[in-house]
Amino acid sequence: MAPLLEIKGLKTHFSTDDGILQAVDGVDITINRGETLCVVGESGCGKTVTAMSILKLIAMPPGRIAAGEIIFEGRDLVPLTSNQLDEIRAKEIGFIFQEPMTSLNPVLTVGEQIAESLRRHENVTRKQALERTIEMLKLVQIPNAEGRVHNYPHQFSGGMRQRVMIAMALACKPKLIIADEPTTALDVTIQAQILDLLQDMKERFGMAVMLITHAMGVVAETAQRVVVMYAGKVVEEADVDALFADPRHPYTQGLIRSIPRIDLDSEHKTRLEAIGGSVPILINPPVGCRFAPRCKFAMDVCTEKEPLLRQIAPGHRMACHLGDVQLGDAAGALA
Amino acid sequence: MSQYVLRRLMIAIPSLLGISLVLFVVLALAPGDPFSELATNPNVPPEVQQALRARFGLDDPIYLRYLHWLNAMLHGDWGFSFVSRMNVDTLILQRLPATLYVIGSAQILALLIAIPVGVYAATKPYSLFDQIANTLAFVGFSLPTFFTGILFILIFSVTLDWLPFVYTTDIKATGIHYVLEMIRQAIMPVAVLGLFQAASMTRFVRSAMLDVIRLDYVTTARAKGLGQANVIVKHVMRNAMIPVVTLIALQMPAVFGGAIVTEQIFRIPGIGSLLISSILSNDTPVVMAVTFVFACLVVLFNLIADVLYGWLDPRISLR
Repeated sequence: MAPLLEIKGLKTHFSTDDGILQAVDGVDITINRGETLCVVGESGCGKTVTAMSILKLIAMPPGRIAAGEIIFEGRDLVPLTSNQLDEIRAKEIGFIFQEPMTSLNPVLTVGEQIAESLRRHENVTRKQALERTIEMLKLVQIPNAEGRVHNYPHQFSGGMRQRVMIAMALACKPKLIIADEPTTALDVTIQAQILDLLQDMKERFGMAVMLITHAMGVVAETAQRVVVMYAGKVVEEADVDALFADPRHPYTQGLIRSIPRIDLDSEHKTRLEAIGGSVPILINPPVGCRFAPRCKFAMDVCTEKEPLLRQIAPGHRMACHLGDVQLGDAAGALA
Repeated sequence: MSQYVLRRLMIAIPSLLGISLVLFVVLALAPGDPFSELATNPNVPPEVQQALRARFGLDDPIYLRYLHWLNAMLHGDWGFSFVSRMNVDTLILQRLPATLYVIGSAQILALLIAIPVGVYAATKPYSLFDQIANTLAFVGFSLPTFFTGILFILIFSVTLDWLPFVYTTDIKATGIHYVLEMIRQAIMPVAVLGLFQAASMTRFVRSAMLDVIRLDYVTTARAKGLGQANVIVKHVMRNAMIPVVTLIALQMPAVFGGAIVTEQIFRIPGIGSLLISSILSNDTPVVMAVTFVFACLVVLFNLIADVLYGWLDPRISLR
């Protein structure tokens, strides 16, 4: 079966005063129907820009989709105008944003903000839209939905607002939900509730979820497949089990080692490992591997030639010059 | 809500008392009073002058005079204009319609220009339209009304002879001709005042829109596929108008002040020109009354701004 969404060679560039910022530089991501795909990477690696590019929600100008195809259900979204995309926004692809505190309009009731999407995309009366809005609020477990529908965002807590955001994204029953760090701004206890709710909704409506996060814990808990991004490129892609059991790219290994462990007894506890350095600035990036300056295994070839994404096992792809064998050895030597 | 308004009006009482006291003291300290003219008139004997001054209490201590004025005001007695030989309240009511007509039309013109231009410029920042609008706004903002007013008179009245340059309240025509003449003579003052207001407001609307247009909830709205026009009007404008409404309401007293100049240029017999002429002729009761009316307007428009603010922004509850 054809995948639901196929991003091919996407390049999203921003023109700045200092030159062209290549925020996303040749990204391939495929999402199948009904699956949860996690996109992981640290801040500034281009994961949000990739997601925003799908529905052209980036500011244009200065942003620009320089190359690539975004094929959703067999139709390329890149050449579409904003007006044409409006038919797909919310109706086919729903969006959940990171900051529930700022992502809701403070002067409109939450009910209106959910209902307007229904009225736009589905042929419903005001009354029907209100009824369906209440239904959605109940579904995301907001107590006293009939009363709360007329409340303003400031009358809700952060977790409740994120539930409202989810209700809003789900209102038109889209085939794909893009959740951009939906739990980052929330308390840890609320994070788990929101992730559970998302999983729940996903199963109920049979949608696919593209979950963007930088928390490996969230990945382990929710994903079926994982795409690891670094500096505007995909560096590794695998099923979640394969990725955690056998991470191949040095960056992925670093990410996994940076997860705090509480399951080890005290004598095995080691200092938490951080990846030194920071994400390079993506204006005139260096040739070769973008991770090389921070990589423990960097070789001469890494600064000369860019590693290409290649298949190393069924369903497992990565972009690194290290062969499987050497990498295993190196990791062994390090441990 | 009505309780809030009532309480705010109660709070306004002490501030109005304070303002009136300051105004009164400043006017008392200024040289000259309504009868200083009599001193130079050889036909009025000094005893008569003294008797008159004593009768109106002009030589009483300042606090007694203030209490006297306050008492009269509380009884609805605004005083008597010695220059115009009529009651001050009648005089003000006579002059007010012309001022309200010109200022009101100018404000409406300013809003009709500023909101669409500011909003459209903000949706396409740094476009050609935005650049032109910005430049024109800057020019309009930099030219004082006494300059543009005279320029307009020179072009449209003197050179082209299209419009009258003296505003008159006793138009001879009746019916539709009266209306047309009223409009014709108001065009220049309204344009001068309105364009000046529009210039600063346009810049303000534009920047308020730009502040909101980048916010997260606007992206949320766009992600719902609502369409550009809907997103701008429903999600951006509604929020951007909150500071704009406040600014306009708070600017109203300044607008009245600015109208004084315009009224002088076009000889509009409004409340502003009344203030100027009564200052020049030492008509203290009128000066006091007009400045006090301006003070009341400041308090009133502050209150209106707060009420509007609470109405536009649900996060603010007026208690």
